[in-house]
Amino acid sequence: MSPLIFYPVAAAAVLSALAVVTARSPVRSAMALVATLVSLAACFAMLQAHLVAALQIIVYAGAVMVLFLFVIMLLNLQDDPPETGRAGLRFGAGGVAVVLAGGFAKVLWEHSAGDGAVLAESFGTTKVVARSLFSDYLVPFELTSVLLLVAVVGAVVLARRDDAPGQD
Amino acid sequence: MVDAAHATHVAQTAYAVEYLRFIVLAPLLGAVLNIAFGRRLPRAVVGTIACGAVLLAFVTSLRAFSAMPADGYLLDHAYQWFSAGGLNINLALVSDRLSALMCLIVTGVGFLIHVYSLGYMSHDPSLARYFAYLNLFSAAMLVLVLGENLVVMFVGWEGVGLCSYLLIGFWYEDPAKAAAGMKAFIVNRIGDAGFLLGTFALFWAMSDQGHASLSFADINAAAPALGTATATAAALLLFIGATGKSAQIPLYVWLPDAMAGPTPVSALIHAATMVTAGIYMVARLNGLYLEAPAVMKFIATIGAMTALFAATIAITQNDIKKVLAYSTVSQLGYMFLALGVGAFGAAIFHVMTHAFFKACLFLGAGSVIHAMSGEQDIRRMGGLRYIMPVTFATFFISTLAIAGVPGLAGFFSKDEILASVFAEGRLGLWAIGLLTAGMTAFYMMRLFVLTFMGEFRGEAHSYEHVHESPGSMAMPLVVLAFLAAVGGYLGVPHVLGGSNQIGQYLAPVVGLHELHLGGLVEFGLMASSIAIAGLGIWLALGIYMTSPGADENLSQMNSGVYRAAAGGYYVDNFYNLIFVKGAIRAGTVLWKRVDEAVIDRIANGTGTLVQELSARTRRWSTGNVSHYALTFLIGLLVLAAVLALKGLG
Amino acid sequence: MITSAHFMVLSAVLFFIGAVGVVTRRNLIVIFMSVEIMLNAGNLAFVAIANRLGTIDGQTIVFFVMTVAAAEAAVGLAVIIAMFRNAETIKADELSSLRW
Repeated sequence: MSPLIFYPVAAAAVLSALAVVTARSPVRSAMALVATLVSLAACFAMLQAHLVAALQIIVYAGAVMVLFLFVIMLLNLQDDPPETGRAGLRFGAGGVAVVLAGGFAKVLWEHSAGDGAVLAESFGTTKVVARSLFSDYLVPFELTSVLLLVAVVGAVVLARRDDAPGQD
Repeated sequence: MVDAAHATHVAQTAYAVEYLRFIVLAPLLGAVLNIAFGRRLPRAVVGTIACGAVLLAFVTSLRAFSAMPADGYLLDHAYQWFSAGGLNINLALVSDRLSALMCLIVTGVGFLIHVYSLGYMSHDPSLARYFAYLNLFSAAMLVLVLGENLVVMFVGWEGVGLCSYLLIGFWYEDPAKAAAGMKAFIVNRIGDAGFLLGTFALFWAMSDQGHASLSFADINAAAPALGTATATAAALLLFIGATGKSAQIPLYVWLPDAMAGPTPVSALIHAATMVTAGIYMVARLNGLYLEAPAVMKFIATIGAMTALFAATIAITQNDIKKVLAYSTVSQLGYMFLALGVGAFGAAIFHVMTHAFFKACLFLGAGSVIHAMSGEQDIRRMGGLRYIMPVTFATFFISTLAIAGVPGLAGFFSKDEILASVFAEGRLGLWAIGLLTAGMTAFYMMRLFVLTFMGEFRGEAHSYEHVHESPGSMAMPLVVLAFLAAVGGYLGVPHVLGGSNQIGQYLAPVVGLHELHLGGLVEFGLMASSIAIAGLGIWLALGIYMTSPGADENLSQMNSGVYRAAAGGYYVDNFYNLIFVKGAIRAGTVLWKRVDEAVIDRIANGTGTLVQELSARTRRWSTGNVSHYALTFLIGLLVLAAVLALKGLG
Repeated sequence: MITSAHFMVLSAVLFFIGAVGVVTRRNLIVIFMSVEIMLNAGNLAFVAIANRLGTIDGQTIVFFVMTVAAAEAAVGLAVIIAMFRNAETIKADELSSLRW
């Protein structure tokens, strides 16, 4: 892993995340979030998580973000007005977050310094992840399908208009 | 004077039988039947069930009595009731010589009183309830008598107290009668607390000795090893229980009020059986009491005091039942006097003879009251001998028996007690006993004369309704009068050529209290008690035969003392002032000063505090998700800070 | 040389950027997107640890997190739509009718 690749990617991730949080327009936030997700996909690739990186692009940047944009368009949201009157909240949150981020970064840095394990060439390929998923994690995997089904049904019930046709 | 010797306890063998339980179960079943179905059954059936149940118990008692082995006792071990630590309490019944005799008295006299009740209660609408209580009482009394250990006895002890309460307040529509029931119950509770504490003390001491058992046999056997201090404490506490149940100073006050119940109840519970429970208990635990000489002295003193005290009150009473009630208290005092000098056999002998003549007297009184349509004041009686010959004759025999006329039951038992006291060298107590004997003869003869002799002093029209009682009431009177006449011959002393059979019979259980007085001294004692009884009778005849209203003059001549005695020496007023009013005052103070001023304030203050705190903390609940999220983040910071300070390990 | 430790630090920074977004923004959709950033920061940490330990479990768990995130997005956005329809707003500070 070359610092030449890592630092630009990391910078892109942080800056786009900041843009998500600060952008006045929800559409801009969403576009910045896409950038964050793509940057993270690059990070996953660097960490030899090839399948996860591919899923990140397809599922998050693709499917989930389309859903976000769709809802933003559906609700026809305007730009938010400038944040006023909540200085206490903003500075409080910012201060606490800076302290916590610094502390966490320090602890994580100190506890994971040094070289990691030597990885096999096939680490993170579809085959290896699938083997784990369909052996050790088979039951949770199957339960995931139930979760998704429940989510789909729940989403339909929640989002449907009360006077929608076909209702009992 | 030679010290009375006590025969050492012979080792007793237990013979297992399985029929003793029917003595208890028969009346219990009768009670259950009458409670459950009595109201729908014909009155004749109700009475038959009740009397039959007690008769069955009597027959079974007879069987147990006749099967009594020479060297032991009968044991009916139903099952182990509970086991706690090393203590095993068995639901077991014992029929030894003492309890077999008591069983015969309870079931025999009880049966006669049940039969009498058929006539006496024939007009009462709550006949089934009455007989159910009466049967329940019999069952409880028999549990008390037959119980193998203190715990089983306590069940009966509480059971008879409950039934006594229920029967005193039987006519509960009358507040005074309900109150009398409550008074009996509450006073008994005070004694019961002593009984319970005594049981605990014995359990403690017995556990210390290594054999945690509360059976009477074990307690009596282990008593010498307990040490005088422990034995004294336990014996004293149990005696407090006895003063409650057997109406001794200071807890006697409930018994005169207990006369509010139906008269057969007074005869059964408050003369013949329940009130002798305390005497029975002390005799049962004679081994323990002999190890506590101080308590024995105390018992003798209390007994003598009660005997004299109650006798003086009895002289002044005008209610036929009140006279008999105080007489009972007085006679119970005699029995305790006997216990206190170690003459357990004499005490039980007097229990038996007293059961006969006092039951007969009460039933006779009931017969009179029944005939007089509820009148109880002897100043408005008189001359009943012509109309009620059976009642008159039986009452007369019993009066002579209690007065101590030679040849009748009371003479032998009372004389044995007085001789035993004299033999122990307790001359003061003997003198009190002798004086009381004279007073007994006096007030009983006064009662008899005012009731049956002379001319009728009530209103003329009520005289016309007076009638002799029906057969069901007359039969028990005759039987009891017969027993009152001849019952004493079970205990004819050696000096009169007898062999004191009852004393010999009971000796393996309670020891033999031999007199060693020498014939001349015994004859002298006998002569003195005959003389004083004769004096009492002569005085009563002399005064009341000629002037039935003599009490009026007496009360004017010597008003202070007389009125004090007539008012029971104001003991009730005293208790009322100190304990009842005191309790009310203490309750008021606790209510106003503690409950309202402290506890209520604490309770209300808690509410106010929560309200105040909530009014402040509710500001945190803004309803704004952002604030909650920030709180969440701050929580994370605190958690992280704590972990950082403690170190991650 | 870049090690997994660098990715861990990046994960921590992204996580708290997301947290600040959740606390400070009024718009529910933006709050929701901030939550997605926090979830992804967690994913990054999982993958970095899998890399460091040489075990595949970290990556497998990311798979589950993504699934849950997808389900959450579907339900959460449906809730936002329902809320908007009822209250005509998706401003967090205006939706306070559950206060008491």
